[in-house]
Amino acid sequence: MKAKSIKKNKLSQQTGLKPVSIAFVGHVDHGKSTIIGRLLSDTGVIADGKIERIKKNCADNAKPFEYAFLIDALKDEQTQGITIDSARVFFKTNKRKYIIIDAPGHIEFLKNMVTGASRADMAVLVIDANEGLQTNSFRHGYFLSMLGIKKIIVLINKMDLTGYRKSVFNSICNEYSVFLKKIGISADCFIPVSGKFGDNIFSSGKNMPWYKGKKLLDALDNINVCENDSNEDFRMWVQDVYKFTEDGDSRRIIAGTVNNGKVGVNDNIVFYPSGKKTAVKTIERFPVKKAKSIFKNEAVGFTLKEQLYIKRGQLMCLENENRPYVSCDFLANIFWLGDKPLTAGTNYILKIGTQKVSAVITDINNKIDAVTLKETKKVKKINKNEAARVEIKTKEPIVFDTVDMIQETSRFVLVDDIQISGGGIILKELISSNKAVVDECIDRNFHWVKSAIPIEEKIEKYGQKPKLIIVTGIEKSDRKKFARNLEKKLFLSGRKVYFLGIGSVIYGVDADLKNTDKKTDRQEHIRRLSEIANILLDAGLIVIISASELSLKELDKIKTFVSDFDVIPIWFGESAKKGFEGAATLNSISKIIVKI
Amino acid sequence: MKYLNDLENKSIYILREAYANIKNLAMLWSIGKDSTVLLWLTRKAFFGHVPFPLIHIDTAYKIPEMIKYRDKLTKKWKLNMIYGINEKALAVKKTFKSGNVNRIECCENLKTKALEDTLNASGSRYKFNHQTGKYHLDKSKEVFTGIILGIRSDEEGSRSKERYFSVRDKNNQWRVGEQAPEFWDQYNTDLPPKEHVRIHPLLDWTELNIWEYIEREKIPMVSLYYNKGQGLRYRSLGCYPCTFPIKSKAKNNKEIIKELKLGKLKNIAERSGRAQDKDDNGGLESLRRRGYM
Ligand SMILES: Nc1nc2c(ncn2[C@@H]2O[C@H](COP(=O)(O)OP(=O)(O)OP(=O)(O)O)[C@@H](O)[C@H]2O)c(=O)[nH]1
Ligand SMILES: [Mg+2]
Repeated sequence: MKAKSIKKNKLSQQTGLKPVSIAFVGHVDHGKSTIIGRLLSDTGVIADGKIERIKKNCADNAKPFEYAFLIDALKDEQTQGITIDSARVFFKTNKRKYIIIDAPGHIEFLKNMVTGASRADMAVLVIDANEGLQTNSFRHGYFLSMLGIKKIIVLINKMDLTGYRKSVFNSICNEYSVFLKKIGISADCFIPVSGKFGDNIFSSGKNMPWYKGKKLLDALDNINVCENDSNEDFRMWVQDVYKFTEDGDSRRIIAGTVNNGKVGVNDNIVFYPSGKKTAVKTIERFPVKKAKSIFKNEAVGFTLKEQLYIKRGQLMCLENENRPYVSCDFLANIFWLGDKPLTAGTNYILKIGTQKVSAVITDINNKIDAVTLKETKKVKKINKNEAARVEIKTKEPIVFDTVDMIQETSRFVLVDDIQISGGGIILKELISSNKAVVDECIDRNFHWVKSAIPIEEKIEKYGQKPKLIIVTGIEKSDRKKFARNLEKKLFLSGRKVYFLGIGSVIYGVDADLKNTDKKTDRQEHIRRLSEIANILLDAGLIVIISASELSLKELDKIKTFVSDFDVIPIWFGESAKKGFEGAATLNSISKIIVKI
Repeated sequence: MKYLNDLENKSIYILREAYANIKNLAMLWSIGKDSTVLLWLTRKAFFGHVPFPLIHIDTAYKIPEMIKYRDKLTKKWKLNMIYGINEKALAVKKTFKSGNVNRIECCENLKTKALEDTLNASGSRYKFNHQTGKYHLDKSKEVFTGIILGIRSDEEGSRSKERYFSVRDKNNQWRVGEQAPEFWDQYNTDLPPKEHVRIHPLLDWTELNIWEYIEREKIPMVSLYYNKGQGLRYRSLGCYPCTFPIKSKAKNNKEIIKELKLGKLKNIAERSGRAQDKDDNGGLESLRRRGYM
């Protein structure tokens, strides 16, 4: 009777708890897969007979049996005797459940180690006692710190090959501790083991009486992986905005997974980078489950008190908490995994949360050798598997936190061509040349008086999406004629359109500008023109503006001012500048209209 | 049950990422427990809606009860249901049942090839019409560039090496060694032309989690999973010539959960009722490299 109830208790305990995921990392051939194979077989999760089957298979093929074969499942892995891609296996002890991630140690597969380790709560770093510390013993350590994994256990493996000597163990521990300290990690413990013979894995064995510490299994069971987030500012990346009209569903739902903190019904919220403000009306779930507030990691939806024009990629925050940074420029630590080196000045796609923007590395401050931690200045490129401290500039302002504040909103990846090729963490904001514009927009959006008619309803009613068409080109040309013809053609095709001529602004809205400094004046003209355009766009119109020889920088500035809306930049005349729809002529209007 | 919430949240995140990033998206619904859990999670992710088509690969050898159950839920949940079938292979009887090919070849014809042709619209597709209550030939030639699958990493060795988003080339091949990295909830969502991406929201779930979740959420399951008195039940569903029930007394979700927790099935691989796995010496790996789900 009693025994039964204890058993029951154990079962329910096991199911309630979240499994701890552990990545095994370290240099190639130092014994990661072997130790995991041991752990699995010693704790009895391997099906009866499987080991015998593999042993027989090995004998048939005249190769020695390896515990690693229990986990290196791919055919190529078994023939080459190395791990190629991270594998995940599940196992449990009396205390809790684990997901073991076996990372490959070969430098060629560092990207697979990163993939595996990034999913882990903690790591076990394996070092071959006989071979001592090797490059990837250090490099993996460094990458763990970049990935934000702070809990680690270090195993000194293959102790059998060193005669189980304490001195060997001690000297490796000392050397490695120094390295760990430099990268801001303190190991939970160092354990001398033999994966091959099982010493100090599941049981102590007799070979190392001098070692009085924990066995691997106990060390795992005792480590505390609870994250204690010090920062509780609410953050949620908007993943999407849904309006599914089937079955008369009229909800407009902002969907996402809470990245940090918590939020409740009626809370005042602000979306960045736009700065738009409203309050939470309801928290949505399916099937209907009423919730008053919602916490970190929960996948939810919200309806808002006022209808804002929100897009994927915005960060939802609380008004009365610390606000995130909004900028085009920041300093970051990155690692590069792409075959093609990363170079300064090249365009990459940067993804942070659900934001996706074009970005360039403006400066490589230091290249960091992940093995020696030596820093080299004045480098132009970062090769595969290297790390660096860099300055990055995005094409549009993005929202982020710094890594010392909130991890989830300070990590980004770099996409080269179409593959994720690097990752990074933001250390600090750098002051952008357009900071004033960005701040003005946030402030303006924050205080914006919302129309009673949401923009989506205007779009539906008018049968058009508001758009800003910017016509530019060399100074003396038929640019204005072109713009007016375009307006007429669009109007006749049923579009609600308005041509906003610069002349209509300069002598009215801009009458106070004194023309003392032409350059400043031009920037102020552009600012005012953009703000007026933004109002007309909000009214639901297609707006055409014209300006002579806009630079790309000025174009980006206008785009920032009207960031909710699509912008079509057209270059009138020959040899169009990069970034503009090229070489439009008075005769090519019909071709352009198709795109509007 | 905090852990089930974590799994649920993660899967929902992946489903929403797929929907936001992939243009022509569909979900493979094999009628089994995993993909039915996936369907349930989809309804959660999209607040009661299923905003993309569900695809079932019909081999003509499915256990009839599976088809009945499929159509019942299709009507009840108003699903956009499409089934694809390799009619050519069936016409010339290139099937295991007719004795002309072995199990592996049969799988390749009726499943792998059928899926490929269904996704690229070169094979016959039938779409459920909610007005007539029948399937009609689908005339659209929409090519699906993203397919959501309910595979789990604990099922079998090669599945433990999968990514959440896995790009397959135009020949449907899986290049395991060359997979791009995937970390920090960022996925490879950009596709080269002619390739498609497979999305795996259930990668972190185990068989036990699936049953605990089915029980918690009261998700309707096809009754073949339960012992109806003969001491037999299916643990994994497939085609009747190649799928066999296992010995088990479990009559309901709770009993299945208990059976799994007590390790009673430890020595029986989940797919042991699937004869094709044993005929493929590399486990499922070689079938999978060529595009098997
Ligand atoms: N003598 C001895 N050999 C060991 C021990 N642990 C592992 N080995 C051997 O070291 C070799 C490499 O082991 P693996 O477990 O494959 O190494 P790994 O770290 O997983 O290698 P990769 O995954 O390729 O990086 C195998 O031949 C093992 O048998 C040990 O404790 N003692
Ligand atoms: Mg290995």
